[in-house]
Amino acid sequence: MSEQMKKLGLFALVGALILLTGYMQSWNSALQILNMGLISAIMAIGVNLQWGFAGLFNVGVMGFVALGGLATVLVSMPPVPEAWSQGGAGVVLGLALGAATIVAAALVASRLPKGATRSLAILGVLVAGFFLFRAVFDPGVEAVEAVNPAVSGYLGGLGLPVVLAWPVGGVLAAGGAWLIGKTALGLRSDYLAIATLGIAEIIIAVMKNEDWLARGVKNVIGLPRPVPYEIDLQNDPGFVDRASGLGIDPVTASTLYVKLEYALMFLVVLVILLWMAQMALKSPWGRMMRAIRDNEVAAEAMGKDVTRRHLHIFVLGSAVCGIAGAMMTTLDGQLTPGTYQPLRFTFLVWVMVIVGGSGNNFGAVLGGMLIWFLWVQVEPMGLALMQLVTSGMAEGSALKSHLLDSAAHMRLLTMGVILLLVLRFSPRGLIPEK
Amino acid sequence: MDLLNAVVALSNFVLIPAIAYGSQLALGALGVTLIYGILRFSNFAHGDTMAFGAMIAVLLTWWFQAMGIGFGPLPTALLTLPLAIMGCMALVLVTDRLVYRFYRAQKAKPVILVIVSMGVMFILNGLVRFIIGPGDQRFADGERFIISARDFKTWSGLDEGLAIKTSQGITVVVAVICVALLFWFLGKTRTGKSMRAYSDNEDLALLSGINPERVVMITWLIVAALATTAGVLYGLDKSFKPFVYFQLLLPIFASAIVGGLGSPLGAIAGGFVIAFSEVTITYAWKKVLGYLVPESLEPDGLVQLLSTDYKFAVSFVILLIVLLFKPTGLFRGKAV
Repeated sequence: MSEQMKKLGLFALVGALILLTGYMQSWNSALQILNMGLISAIMAIGVNLQWGFAGLFNVGVMGFVALGGLATVLVSMPPVPEAWSQGGAGVVLGLALGAATIVAAALVASRLPKGATRSLAILGVLVAGFFLFRAVFDPGVEAVEAVNPAVSGYLGGLGLPVVLAWPVGGVLAAGGAWLIGKTALGLRSDYLAIATLGIAEIIIAVMKNEDWLARGVKNVIGLPRPVPYEIDLQNDPGFVDRASGLGIDPVTASTLYVKLEYALMFLVVLVILLWMAQMALKSPWGRMMRAIRDNEVAAEAMGKDVTRRHLHIFVLGSAVCGIAGAMMTTLDGQLTPGTYQPLRFTFLVWVMVIVGGSGNNFGAVLGGMLIWFLWVQVEPMGLALMQLVTSGMAEGSALKSHLLDSAAHMRLLTMGVILLLVLRFSPRGLIPEK
Repeated sequence: MDLLNAVVALSNFVLIPAIAYGSQLALGALGVTLIYGILRFSNFAHGDTMAFGAMIAVLLTWWFQAMGIGFGPLPTALLTLPLAIMGCMALVLVTDRLVYRFYRAQKAKPVILVIVSMGVMFILNGLVRFIIGPGDQRFADGERFIISARDFKTWSGLDEGLAIKTSQGITVVVAVICVALLFWFLGKTRTGKSMRAYSDNEDLALLSGINPERVVMITWLIVAALATTAGVLYGLDKSFKPFVYFQLLLPIFASAIVGGLGSPLGAIAGGFVIAFSEVTITYAWKKVLGYLVPESLEPDGLVQLLSTDYKFAVSFVILLIVLLFKPTGLFRGKAV
């Protein structure tokens, strides 16, 4: 019972912290923290599936989150018909040729007997395929990117409702995870870490450079929203009446209303995923996973296909991260590939999982909310601390201004210290696995 | 004549940059591989250790410049390198004492140590940004070129210029000295031998009376020296930016794994393999091909296989190929 109390107490603490932000700063920033906290909690559930259930060390979270973001653009933006007619065929044919090359190389690899002939044949197929691919693909890309580059210059999306992008983001991330898992799982854990670190960087590089796909660093802005626009609410007399009835001015009320609606949607997704993760944890499948995690050799001796199970959970966990990524891009209303940083999107999620309690889904959720709160709030706290420290120094001194400027970098330091302290003194996290 | 021009263009844009970059990667990968061999975990904080060491060198360089101390035609940073190494050594010894020793005593699983190194990475990253800021810092001074493109053109009468930057020359010279010293130390001295024994078989080494804490300490000292040197050389060659050092982690790990984790010779080979493939695949070959093939066949495009932004992809693909076909790396490192 006391464990339940502790759990409840910790969640109440996070709730109180967010409420405190509302009273001390503004309700808008409190809701913003809540929304991103919910998304972070979903990412943490995804990583916890991989690390807590199966002991897989995935440091490519950023890549899967970014794939989710890409899905938002591909699903929800209206298509650009002119781009499709100009270069769509070239791009699609080029991609098909590229895929065909890889399939052909794989076929050669599986059909021919091992030896120098096979290596040469594979190399030949790959080189020829690469040049063919570039010959067809490049003109198509050029044509697409030439179409009105200031506002489009890409193929656009499918023009479907944006909420549909969330599951699609999961599927896209799952596809990426399957590819990487197929090659890198079964190797030792450090190698999986490096491989995932690399794939995340590559996904970001592709999103930054392939302008025909999602405008690259030119960013896609003005993504459709699943909730009403503030300006429409302010023009809606019914809404203004209700707002003034509550004693809030309509502008604030409209921003709060929009954020609350987002929070509600995210909460629904979080509850569903949490319920599924809990069910999975309790099921025979979850027990098998933990058995594999605790002793791979014994599990293998019992006839469990360890690599295959690892692939399952790797794909599932990455899909959850992809869903969270799609939700985040929806919340931002824009896709900005330049802002994806591994420290923020991969390693911070890891801090969340470790601090919350690896192997416990509620722990992951708690860690996600709590660490996100700290990530946002450490900056003003650091600034206040620095102002206190420097208050005795002479006005305009170089050291004082340097210290005040540097306060923004306190958050990385704080996160590192928190991670190390938790690992040292409470290695199982705030809500440990039972 | 055309052939000579092609060779000069090739060395100017591909060979020389790749050799310099390869030396920097090799020094970085040596640090990673030593930690792996002795402490048996992948140190994610290595890139930020490099950044920390380089940061000390940058700050000292500014201080020296302010005092009017220079190093003639060579960059002042070389003068500050020994001091920077000492600063970095102090840092790694403190982190080892405060952080890693606890887990070593517990015989924690390697993956736990990797996560711990992630925490250290956060702290170092924050520390570096806190002290010097996240921006770009230039600290190279002294002569810019050993051979400038114009001098070479007048001297040889060729159309193509060959430029060797001072930083590139220094990189290669310093890297060779470092590697020679390291191999002499590992191969000839008693301490070096005990390190290799510890890496090969921990239990046997302990039985023969090797003090593990001493081996670990010396490993950290060497790693700090290598990391600082690599960081300063990279900073001199390009520029100092904290985030770039973090990103170097991927090619450095790729080099160490391609060469075979735990094998110093492999780390060097891996560094050059990665550097050469990155540079050749992202280089626009139009110029070189223009000299080699007849005019009618001259290519229209840049003949660039991949845009430079995909250089991470190159190290990654090589890494995957090696992992799939030869998981222990080119030189047999620690087996799976």
